[in-house]
Formats: sequence, structure tokens, C-alpha cells
Amino acid sequence: MAERLLEVEHLQLYFPIKRGVIVDRTVGNVHAVDDVSLTLDEGETLGIVGESGCGKTTLSRSIVRLLEPTDGAIRFRGRDITKSGRRELQPVRRELQMVFQDPQASLNPRKRVGQIVGAPLQLHGASAKEIERKVRELLGRVGLNPEHVNRFPHEFSGGQRQRIGIARALAVEPKLIMLDEPVSALDVSIQAQVINLLDDLQDDFGLSYVFVAHDLSVVRHVSDRIAVMYLGKIVESSPSEELYTKPIHPYTVGLLGAIPIPDPRQNRARRRLVVSGEPPNPIDPPSGCRFRTRCPRATEICSQVEPQLTEYANGHVAACHHPLNVTQAEIASARRSPLSPVSAGEDAPDFVEGHDAAAAAVADHNLS
Amino acid sequence: MAIDPATPDTGTGAIRTASGDSVVAAEPGGGAPAAGIGPYRLARRRLRRNKVALAFGALFAIIVILCFCAPLYADHIAHTGPNDNHVTEKVTVGGKEKDVVSVSGLPIGPTWQGRFLLGADQNGRDLAVRLLYGGRNSLEVGFIATFITMILATIVGLAAGYYRGVVDGVLARILDLIWAYPVVLLGIALGTSLALGGLSIGPIEVSGNSLFVPAVIIGVVYIPYVAKPIRGQVLGLREKEFVDAARVQGASSLRIMAREILPNVASTLIVFLPLMIANAILLEAALSYLGAGIQPPNPSWGTMISDGIRLIPSAIHLTFVPGAMLVLAVLGINVFGDGVRDALDPRARVKIKEKETDKVSDDPVEFAVEH
Repeated sequence: MAERLLEVEHLQLYFPIKRGVIVDRTVGNVHAVDDVSLTLDEGETLGIVGESGCGKTTLSRSIVRLLEPTDGAIRFRGRDITKSGRRELQPVRRELQMVFQDPQASLNPRKRVGQIVGAPLQLHGASAKEIERKVRELLGRVGLNPEHVNRFPHEFSGGQRQRIGIARALAVEPKLIMLDEPVSALDVSIQAQVINLLDDLQDDFGLSYVFVAHDLSVVRHVSDRIAVMYLGKIVESSPSEELYTKPIHPYTVGLLGAIPIPDPRQNRARRRLVVSGEPPNPIDPPSGCRFRTRCPRATEICSQVEPQLTEYANGHVAACHHPLNVTQAEIASARRSPLSPVSAGEDAPDFVEGHDAAAAAVADHNLS
Repeated sequence: MAIDPATPDTGTGAIRTASGDSVVAAEPGGGAPAAGIGPYRLARRRLRRNKVALAFGALFAIIVILCFCAPLYADHIAHTGPNDNHVTEKVTVGGKEKDVVSVSGLPIGPTWQGRFLLGADQNGRDLAVRLLYGGRNSLEVGFIATFITMILATIVGLAAGYYRGVVDGVLARILDLIWAYPVVLLGIALGTSLALGGLSIGPIEVSGNSLFVPAVIIGVVYIPYVAKPIRGQVLGLREKEFVDAARVQGASSLRIMAREILPNVASTLIVFLPLMIANAILLEAALSYLGAGIQPPNPSWGTMISDGIRLIPSAIHLTFVPGAMLVLAVLGINVFGDGVRDALDPRARVKIKEKETDKVSDDPVEFAVEH
């Protein structure tokens, strides 16, 4: 079995809202990431999806320690890096890199490509000659002309710039790369190229990815496992294909229904579970299940008891009182997942009576 | 087709990654040289096309060169020093002997010859020699003051904008304190007190009549005018993703400030440079005129104007010559500075053949400096 690379346990990140004339008082917190646990093995790709503002970017940034988590633990190769200082992090940085969302903003406009890609090498003490050689090699590897080392970022197209960003992340030969919506800012045709490049690099260098995106169709292609986030929490997590064929959480079904089908007739014909409305305010999230305010299946219990992340067969995990697409037998064998938030309690998973009838009714809503 | 380093892709050819994905390189305008066209190269090109700015820059450069050649002129042409009295001497102009300073106390006007080219002052000193030496002093003070302003303002602006919070608060209050006083008033206050007592910071002793006293004063009073815009830019830049990228690589705060942020505010500093030199020269003249700058008998344009002011009706050359020199120098550097700003300002968007527009966007910065 592959080595466990990254463990995130009960990670919380609250942004305090401060108010005050001279001395700031904290008047509330934005629950950007609220008790998220996840694991990642070597060579694996974990996709994280969710709509805007659900905390997926915050999660990825706190894992690379760009943001200070409020609580919880991040372990990289079993080593706790939650509170490490810059110097302690240095060896971890070598193995843990990041590719950013906006290829325009993530490259310094005043630096040449060679300097940008060579910067991490320089930081980790490579010689000038070594850097020169490595930068050319990297540029070639990501599909750019190695002769372009002396150019500036503004001389490249969006896709090429993202390739530069990927080359920079690759420079120190990392094990894990956080991809924070790496293709969201690109044209669809370029998206495919960049994703294929990432796929190839993964095979060649044995990389692991955490791939953050708001687009399920993008994530499907690259991920081994996918976690769906809603309002700071993971609501469902499963092996990649199973999420598409057998979604358990109503929110996941809604997300899947939002993927457009290129054929308009088919698109019109399908029955969708539509998630309407806006996500609730993360400063004051709803009690119980956070999705209940928009969930077509919500009942009394959803507002009172926070659903646990429940582990079904095949490592499929979901937090819902009214699970979809599960048989009676599966429910009987389900048990509380160790990734479940602390606030959801330690008791055995609780299900509402008559769930299977409701499940069967909504199961039809599920797209192919 | 494999990547061929010899031929830069032109946008029509496709290069392939090792996996076989074909990638169309979206390069505008083909055949660009391998060396990138950076923002500064674009700015230089624009500046080169601005002949007016270049002419005024050349004017300033000529004045600077002349002033720094003052000792040569004094030794080989005028044969006198800037502080040498010739009150009782006579000079031959056009075959006739004339008093350098007449019995009634009127100094001689321009002779248009080696000695007393531009005439003499009340003390019988060669005005042309004093003009060049005075210019050298004025320019030295201007350059040193600008250097001090730039260095300190950059450090203050970077620290305040990058660290924010307490550091920003403390620095901002100090800057406000300097800013609260009118520049000239603060200069006079500091100038008169330091001219009397001199300056001693630890082991460094600066006597009251040293050039460094006005230079330091002028340098300090202008810090807020540069530091505040720099701080504003840094506040925006520190939130950019390339700063996060540097942090993920493990770069320290100092390294991020020096390597990532400083290059992005450098163009602002470059624009400020000539304008601050002009301001510093003007302020030096004002302070010297008021007696709080360069101390007599050292010449400077300001002290020369001040010396000649009482003789305006009878010997206007005493004020006109240094005054004109001051105007030319400041005008030259100012117009050149405007040209530099236009060249660096992306809003100018001067088209340079084909499609080489500058995509790098900088926040527009106001460069007005009040007095």
C-alpha cells in the first residue's frame, strides 16, 4: 500500500470579524473551513469541489501554511506541520508546492521566466549553473520553448503562463502539489491541455495532487477520490467514478445536475434536483445540517442534529440524514467515519425512518 | 515535431509535449528575439522618441557637467577661486582699465572674457566661478538629499506596506509628523538649529557649515512624499499571488520585499527620482536664500541670489545669473522627469510598431509634490 502523504485532522480556519475604534474586538467569525479531515496517499489525486465561497481555496491555502489554521492538525509524512515556523517548514516546502488559480497574478510581471522558475531552486541552494540547466529542462518538460527563459510573463498566453507556474512548482521536485483551481482561469480548449500535462507529470514524477475546482467535470478526469465541500465542511467523499454514478448526498446530486450536457435535447429531458438559492452566511451557519436550508429533502431532524460523515461500502463517505442511492443493507452496515466532525458526536449514525422510500423517489432524479 | 530550440515558435507551428498532446503556442507577432521585451525596455523606447524630454535632459546634464568642472574653469580660465576677493583690483576690458568694484560700491558687469566673464559681486568675487561652484554645491545637496529620501522612503514604504499593523501605524504617525509642517518651515527650523550647533550622531560629527546638514534636512523632509505612495503600492502588491507563491517556496519576508515587491515599485521610484532632484534643488535654494541652507562664504545659487538682492536696481546680473541657472536646471530635470513618467506610465499606451503594447499594469500613482 502506498505511503500516507498528507493527513488533515479536524482542520478549522475562522476569519475573525473585527470591529472597534481603537482596540479591535472580535465580533464574529467567518467559518471558512470548519472541521475538515482528509487523507492523501502517495501518487493519489484528491479532488475538492464545491461552489464559490465554500472554503476550498482556504483549505488548500491553509494546508500549505499560507494561512494559519485556527485549530486542527496538518501532518505531512506523519510530521505535524500545523505550527512549524518558516525554517522548520523549509524541508517540507521542497516536497509540498502549489499552483495558483490566476496565472496572471501568480507570476511577478517584473521577473523573467528564468528567474521565476529558478527562484525555488535558488532558495534551496542550487548553483547558478545548475539552475540554468534545470530551468531549461523544466520549461521543455511543461511544453514551453526553453529558449524563452529571458522573456517576461506578459509575453505569454494564459495557458503558457499556467505552464510556467507548473514548472515553478515542479522545480524542487515536490511530492505533493496543491492545485488551486489551476484551470479555472483558462479557456476550455487550454484547460484540457493543462490537465493532460498535469496527468503526464503525475505519472513521470510520481506526484500527488490536491486538485481544487468548482467544476465537477474537470475534477472527474484527474481525481482518484473526490471530496465535495459545502460551507466549510466536507459533505461527501468517494472514489472518483462512484461519486458520479452513485451520489449519496443531495448536494452532490445537485452539483452533478448542474453539469451542462452539450446536447440541448438531452439537457432539457433530464430531471434534475435543482439546488436553489444562495449559500447561507458562513458567519452564522445553519444549525444541524448546513445544507438543510436549500435541501429539497430536509426534515425536522436536519435542523436539530448535525449529520455525521458516515462510511458506506467502498470508502464512500457522506454526511446526510436522508442518503440517496443506498440500499437497506448498505445502511445497516454503515458506520461512523473517523473523518467525521467532532461536533457531530460520537454516537452511531442515525437515520430517519422511511428513508429508503424517499431515497427511491429521488433516486430517479439522479442523472444517468 | 519535437521542440526545436533553434526556431522560436511563431504561433503557426505546434509544439508537442512529451506525452504527445499538441499545444498551439499562442504567440503574437512571430520572430521575436529570445530575449524578452521587458517593461523597462519598452519605456526606454518610448523615452527615446520623446525628443523634447531628451533635449531638456541633455540641458540638465550639461549644467551638471559644467558645475562639476568648476575647479577646471576656476584654475585655467578665470584664474581665481570662488571665495577670492578682488575688490581693489582692476581688470582690462576692451583695452580700458576698470575697477572690479567701483568706488561707489557697484560691482562690474559681464566682461565676456576669461576673467569676470559674468561680472563680479560686491566683494569683487568672480561671478562665473561662484556660479559654477555654487551650482556644484546646490546639485550635490540635491543629489545627496534625493538619495537619502529615496533610500529611507523605500525602506519605510516597504516596511509599512508589507508588515501593516503596528509597524505601519508607528511609521505612518512619524511621516504625518513630518508632513504636518510646511516643507520650508521645517527646513528653516532644522537648518538654523543645525547650522549653529552642527550635527553629531554617535561617532559621526558634522560641522554646522557642512554640505551634509542641508542635504540631510532636505532628504528627511521629503520622505513622506515618496514613502506614502510606495506604501500604497506595496499594500496592493503584497496581496498578489506571486507573493504567496514566493512564500510557498519558503522565501523570507525580507526576500519577498527585496525580490518580489521592490522590482514592482522600482518604476515609481524611477519616476520620482528626477522630480525629487528638482524639488531638492529648489528647496536648497530657498533655504540658502533664507540663510538656513548652505552657509556663507560657500556659494550656492540660493545664497548668491540672496547676496545680490539688494543690488537689483544697479547690478541685476548678481541675481539674474544664478536665478536663470536655477530655472534652467530645474526646468531641465523636470521636463525630463515628465518624459520618464510618460514612458513608464502604461496608461500612456504609446504604440510602438505592430502590437507590442505593454500588458504590465501598474497602479497609477499621483506624482504631485506640494510645497
